[in-house]
Amino acid sequence: MMRRLLAVWHARNLEFLRDRPTLLFTLLLPIGVVIGMGFIFGGPPRPIFTVGILGTGANPLLHERYVQFTSIHDRARGLYEVTHQKIDLLVDLQNPVRYWVNTDSAKGYIIEKLLLAADPGARRQPVTGQAIPYVDWLFPGILAMNMMFSCLFGVGYVVLRYRKSGFLKRLHATPLSAFEFLTAQVLSRLSLIVFVTVVLYIIIAAFIHFHSAGSIALLLLLTVLGSLSMIALGLTIAARFASEELVGGLLNLLTWPMMLLSGVWFSIESAPRWVQWVADLFPLTQVIQAARAVMLDGAGIQRITPNLIYLAATTLVFLAFGAWSFRWRVD
Amino acid sequence: MPESAPILEVHDLVKQYPSVTAVNGVSFAVPEGTCFGLLGPNGAGKTTTIEIMEGILPPTSGEVRYRGEPAGARFREEAGILFQKTALQDFLTVRQSVALFRGLYEHGLEVDEVIELCALEKLAGRDNRKLSGGQQQRLLLAIALVNDPKVIFLDEPTTGLDPQARRNFWQLVESIKARRKTIILTTHYMEEAQLLCDEIAIMDRGRIIAQGAPQRLLSEHFAEVLLELPRHEFPDLARSLSLKLIDASDRVEISTHDLDGTLRKLIEARVPLRNLRIRPANLEDLFLELTGKELRA
Repeated sequence: MMRRLLAVWHARNLEFLRDRPTLLFTLLLPIGVVIGMGFIFGGPPRPIFTVGILGTGANPLLHERYVQFTSIHDRARGLYEVTHQKIDLLVDLQNPVRYWVNTDSAKGYIIEKLLLAADPGARRQPVTGQAIPYVDWLFPGILAMNMMFSCLFGVGYVVLRYRKSGFLKRLHATPLSAFEFLTAQVLSRLSLIVFVTVVLYIIIAAFIHFHSAGSIALLLLLTVLGSLSMIALGLTIAARFASEELVGGLLNLLTWPMMLLSGVWFSIESAPRWVQWVADLFPLTQVIQAARAVMLDGAGIQRITPNLIYLAATTLVFLAFGAWSFRWRVD
Repeated sequence: MPESAPILEVHDLVKQYPSVTAVNGVSFAVPEGTCFGLLGPNGAGKTTTIEIMEGILPPTSGEVRYRGEPAGARFREEAGILFQKTALQDFLTVRQSVALFRGLYEHGLEVDEVIELCALEKLAGRDNRKLSGGQQQRLLLAIALVNDPKVIFLDEPTTGLDPQARRNFWQLVESIKARRKTIILTTHYMEEAQLLCDEIAIMDRGRIIAQGAPQRLLSEHFAEVLLELPRHEFPDLARSLSLKLIDASDRVEISTHDLDGTLRKLIEARVPLRNLRIRPANLEDLFLELTGKELRA
């Protein structure tokens, strides 16, 4: 038994070691991730709470560590950010000190305790308008993240399997062009994802008693454009390679940063500006920003037009690049 | 056979890989309505040549012309291809697989017509992954015929099939030939080539070493007949007879113009003849004659 085990172990190791792109990628990915994370999360300890400050003045709270204070000039804007959990607390420093907190926010609950410990006289003010529960805030992000995984992995691995099995080579012997093939893959996946997303939306919305503040038709348009962009992105990865490990690694390289930085789980407003700038490049960020605007704020098409244009443009760019770099067969 | 204009012309084809020249200056023309065979052992360059002709592989140099023009969009519409190895899309039935490829062409046969042509009626509803080797090849042939092609490429179509499945496949190819289709066939089975091909080109190490109609090539190279005897029944004493002997692995072959005289000599030398086989030379012998080696199948 040991001999057989060793024979298979040895052969598998040779296969892995001789697959140069995968080997290189396996070594470089963790190094890249560590360096990237170091840039993003390195340096001195980062603030845990974000507090918006109206007006000027002294307050013991301002000396607390691990709290990022953001000056806000417009109270209405500050209230919006509290209700949408973009900041954890809004404090008006003018006497008497008043504060606003989202009662559905866990971080809001803790920072409120800190404020009252530092300044017992601070007066709590009612949050005007509907406070957004965290689950409602999370809902668009979860839907979009599910779309992202389905788009990237669903298409990437299928095309790879077609290539490795020789099915693509057979298709190449027909009048079918690379662009036609890729477009068909995109449309096939798109219809599936739109269907699944609609079903998920209906089930989850019923479960958490969620009602979109904005147009459902607009959300559908956003789902279509967002899916198109992310499917096309998956195709650019699958367009050329024939190694499952390499394609898997590249897809992970795309999905992990998107999952962490696109604002699925938490707002990245307190992250360095360049991180936000990189995050804005991700189609997932555009989808989540627009979805939250429609679902939570009732935004119309005008407000999310830049997001929609970005998604449409990236779809075309990714598809064109995919068609250009496409390989029908294993070289 | 009446001469007709070539439907396909291959001009000085070269395919160079970093460590090997797979095809080295191959040229030939295929008249319309004929079956043209590319023969040779594994590694001779047959599949590379045919894949360049199909437009799947780019040549390093040289050119393929279809109806006098560089092979392009028209060629793709009018060519049917059966690769040596092809996987189909999973979870599709035989009919759905044929229908998928029918949808890729502007013109062609009805799906049911192709299914009937390749005797797949009883298998039409079966998952394509659950077919035997012979049935799978018939399905791939059906897919190759779905656009009613003018020219059909069959790359080692019967490799790995059992003898019965192979013969069934040959019958199908015969029926396609009867429809005046042009067929390009690669094979290392000489029997297959002899049966199906109107003209053959024998390849070895990336070059064509002989080309012509099988019978003409055989008559050019062999005026003799071959007598075969089991090696263990051929006494050493008989080796002193003035005969042209060829030692094969399990038999001794005697090549002769004078069958009567040779038989007399063997009888006089008391060589047992109960297992004697007399046969004309075939393409296998021709390959041996041309290259000095047996087919490396």
